[in-house]
Amino acid sequence: MPFSPATGLAQLISRFTGMGKKYGVEWWILVAGALIVLAIVLMAMFSGAIAPFNPHDQNAGPQLAPPGGQHIMGTDNLQRDVWSRIIFGSQTILRIAVLAAIFSSIIGISLGLVSGFSGGFFDRVLSLVMDSLYSFPGLILAIAFATMLGPGVINITLAVSVIYIPTYFRLVRGQTLSIKEELYVEAAKAIGASRFTILWKYIFPNVIATTVVVFSLNIADAIMIEAALTYLGLGLPPSIVDWGMDLAMGKKFLPSGQWWLITFPGAMISMLAIGFTMLGEGLSEILNPRLLER
Amino acid sequence: MTIPMVFILLSIIFVVLRVMPGDPVSSMLGGHAPDSVIEEKKEQLGLNRPLPIQYVEYLVQICRLDLGDSMVFNERVTKSIADKLPATIELTIFGSIITLVLGVFMGAYAADKRRQPQDYLIRFYGIVIYCIPVYWMGLMLQLIFGIWLDVLPIAGRTGPRVFASMFEKTGFYIVDTILVRDFSALADVLVHLILPSVTLGLVLSGVFVRLTRANMLEVLKADYIIAAEARGIRHRKIVYKHALKNAFIPVLTMMGLQFALLLAGAILTETTFSWPGMGRLLLERIYLRDYPTIQGIIIVFVLIVAMVSLLVDIIYAIIDPRIRY
Repeated sequence: MPFSPATGLAQLISRFTGMGKKYGVEWWILVAGALIVLAIVLMAMFSGAIAPFNPHDQNAGPQLAPPGGQHIMGTDNLQRDVWSRIIFGSQTILRIAVLAAIFSSIIGISLGLVSGFSGGFFDRVLSLVMDSLYSFPGLILAIAFATMLGPGVINITLAVSVIYIPTYFRLVRGQTLSIKEELYVEAAKAIGASRFTILWKYIFPNVIATTVVVFSLNIADAIMIEAALTYLGLGLPPSIVDWGMDLAMGKKFLPSGQWWLITFPGAMISMLAIGFTMLGEGLSEILNPRLLER
Repeated sequence: MTIPMVFILLSIIFVVLRVMPGDPVSSMLGGHAPDSVIEEKKEQLGLNRPLPIQYVEYLVQICRLDLGDSMVFNERVTKSIADKLPATIELTIFGSIITLVLGVFMGAYAADKRRQPQDYLIRFYGIVIYCIPVYWMGLMLQLIFGIWLDVLPIAGRTGPRVFASMFEKTGFYIVDTILVRDFSALADVLVHLILPSVTLGLVLSGVFVRLTRANMLEVLKADYIIAAEARGIRHRKIVYKHALKNAFIPVLTMMGLQFALLLAGAILTETTFSWPGMGRLLLERIYLRDYPTIQGIIIVFVLIVAMVSLLVDIIYAIIDPRIRY
């Protein structure tokens, strides 16, 4: 049968609903999360095309105009268009949260692999350090790092990523400990595979599946920490468009009732975090139903 | 476990605040201060000595519960922390009560109604509420209840007519007002607590909904629950008395771990509600670049987290007769 867009689409839809029947609500949670994330990612990628105004344009409209007409989300005290700032702000928060998650997963996973595999004194000390870090409020740690490093995109990414290294470390180390006892690892040792080969080709592929879920939940959390830091005025220079900073600025106009300045940036932060959380929750239920009940 | 943990965290803080790039003295005095002034100030603070010596001194100081002097104000760091700590503790206690009550009961209810609409609704609530940033929740509640409905105060611990100095004894305003039997002031203090503690409690309740639900599901499968059911005990009594009691133990352990989240939430809530606690103090001093105070506040947070985890272990042993240390 020749391929046509219509049959392709029909097949896709039937596969979708088929998955929905197979996994139940979890599948729809996954789909909803993926759609939210996709929408905001597209928003970030095509900001220039969607945004009606330049986010820095201090002449976009009247001062503090409520939503309506030309400005669907109103304007702020510097006469900038809130909707355009929301669109461009998605770039900042996505970039920082995703980079931070990648950074902490690389460090956390490799440390966890090596530590779990080699064991001994090094493993004991590292585990203790990671457990201590894990028990301490992440936000306070991030605040300390951000204070010392000063404002900037790279610095805030580092400050956010530090607090998630223990999460990956603990997860991967635990799994490495059990996988390294498996028969196929022993077989690899017997045929003379090097330690690096065993870690990279035998253990790592088995560990990576569960970290996917954590990665998605991690981005959700990093989004809230990033926004918290910028809300507190610690993360970024004022020249960058950012939801957290817009929220902090809008806060000053709360007593006079300019609700749109806080409602929209905050709702976007929540939406993005909810999207990634739903994606992670759905994935975890489908990939590994027991993981979330830990 | 607790002591090495505290030691490691204190060392990490030392590394972050002293060894990492970033020079507190020059950033405090601004870029234009002459080198001699910077050097003098560094000498005075002991920042010129070799790092290992600084590190030992730092640990000795902490053991003596001495956090040094503020770099900006003429004040001991311990004094400014002692002034603000009660406000934060009051907020976290009320926040955690709301979290526990909401989270545990909703979680238990959802587990009882597993795979029914109520269950899905509560689980959805758990996901969504956890993802709402606590500061935004605070702002929205301020907007709704403080500005639009105008029924609750949105800032501070007391109204303008209640003078804190009237009852300054412990710093815990609830205790203080009861001690001097000023009940109108007590009412004022409680009213000011509502929005901040509800904000904090709501956001964190999501975690407890999930935890309680997961634990309840396990417990409800247990033999003694089936036995109780067979003996004809009312279903509601089985769920909320027999099962919940057993499901609560792991929840309590998590409470210890989640306490860190609670503290972080408190910092953000304090900023939103102009609540004069540790979080506000920390941020104020960060803007002023008052490094000794910043360091002192973080150290106090470490000690609080450690104390809570120890406390949870002890309570755990008391309520679960199977555990003996």
